[in-house]
Amino acid sequence: MQIFPFLVVAWIVAVGLYGLVTSRDLIHQIVCLIVVQSSTYVLLLAVGYVTGGIAPYFYDISPHTTAVDPVVQALALTDVVVEAAVTALLLSFAIQAHKRFGTLDPHQLAEFKG
Amino acid sequence: MTPRQRLCLFAVAIAGLVACYLWAFSGLPGFGRYPGPYGNVILKNAITQTNSTGVVSTINFEYRGFDTVGEEFILFASAAGMSVVLRRLRGEHDTSPFDEAANRQLPRTSGPLRIVTLLLAGPLVLLGWWLATHAQANPSGGFQGGVVIATGIMAVYLSGEFLAFRRLRPAAVLDAAEAIGAGGFVLTGIAAVAQDLPFLYNFIPLGTVPGAVSSGGTIALISFCVGIEVAAAFVLIIGELLDQTLLRSTGSSTGGSTGRGTGKAGR
Repeated sequence: MQIFPFLVVAWIVAVGLYGLVTSRDLIHQIVCLIVVQSSTYVLLLAVGYVTGGIAPYFYDISPHTTAVDPVVQALALTDVVVEAAVTALLLSFAIQAHKRFGTLDPHQLAEFKG
Repeated sequence: MTPRQRLCLFAVAIAGLVACYLWAFSGLPGFGRYPGPYGNVILKNAITQTNSTGVVSTINFEYRGFDTVGEEFILFASAAGMSVVLRRLRGEHDTSPFDEAANRQLPRTSGPLRIVTLLLAGPLVLLGWWLATHAQANPSGGFQGGVVIATGIMAVYLSGEFLAFRRLRPAAVLDAAEAIGAGGFVLTGIAAVAQDLPFLYNFIPLGTVPGAVSSGGTIALISFCVGIEVAAAFVLIIGELLDQTLLRSTGSSTGGSTGRGTGKAGR
């Protein structure tokens, strides 16, 4: 089972990419992109996990307790923030695309050279 | 390219990608056997160096503080970029939030929903404030706190009080909050430089009790600035999206759904 979390990561990437390729709707594609990106959270947390480790917070716990790697957790936080920023911008682009061309279907959008 | 060809091409590509993934994962040390030195070094030293017991926040606002400046400005740029992309185009105008079709039957916001969301708004903002100011002690920090504060303000919208929600986010206040949040972080860094210390050096006394509110020096200050900035950015982003529902193009009664007519005017 040592590799199981990493298989989950690969699976999340794969389903997200499948959705991106087959989607006929820009909003749905943005959600698929979020799915792809969320695989990185699983990857980061899986890489930093220490068997039996606690969360790296020592408010009422001895600082010498075994804890998981805090660096990847900080990176996961950055990841979430960047995803929120990217999603917000992509959604506003989708709104403008719909305003201008009246459709959210990427196949139809490709026909308009805009 | 037909959709079918596209899917075949994708199948080949995804098979290759999965193979490479599995190959890469087979070289990892295995789940639960973290090998890297950095986490252990930081875990050993973070509390004695900063008196802050929330190690993830310590990394974000202290060891990786310079990175977090960039991270915060990504969100800042995203909110600003959204305002630009969703600016009012020529030929678009705001409509009143009241329904124009007077005899349309709309489901009313249910009483329990209104009560629960309005009751939640205050406590949510308070919880967000608490999270943003306790990064040095608990699993919290400015990013989480800011999002919770924004959620509290959004609860007013969910309760159906759209007009009250609009009054809660005047542009001047939001812009000022964004400026205070983003600027406060950078000014904290520059304040260290002014004392001949490195940028973002923790120059505030670290306190004596690990995990106390007064501990951690600049970590608490930076976390609070980030909280303000994130809350303002999210209210701005969500508000921009909600405002789009009120925009109408002049000359087309059905809005944007009919096609290209409005596009040219917007250019």
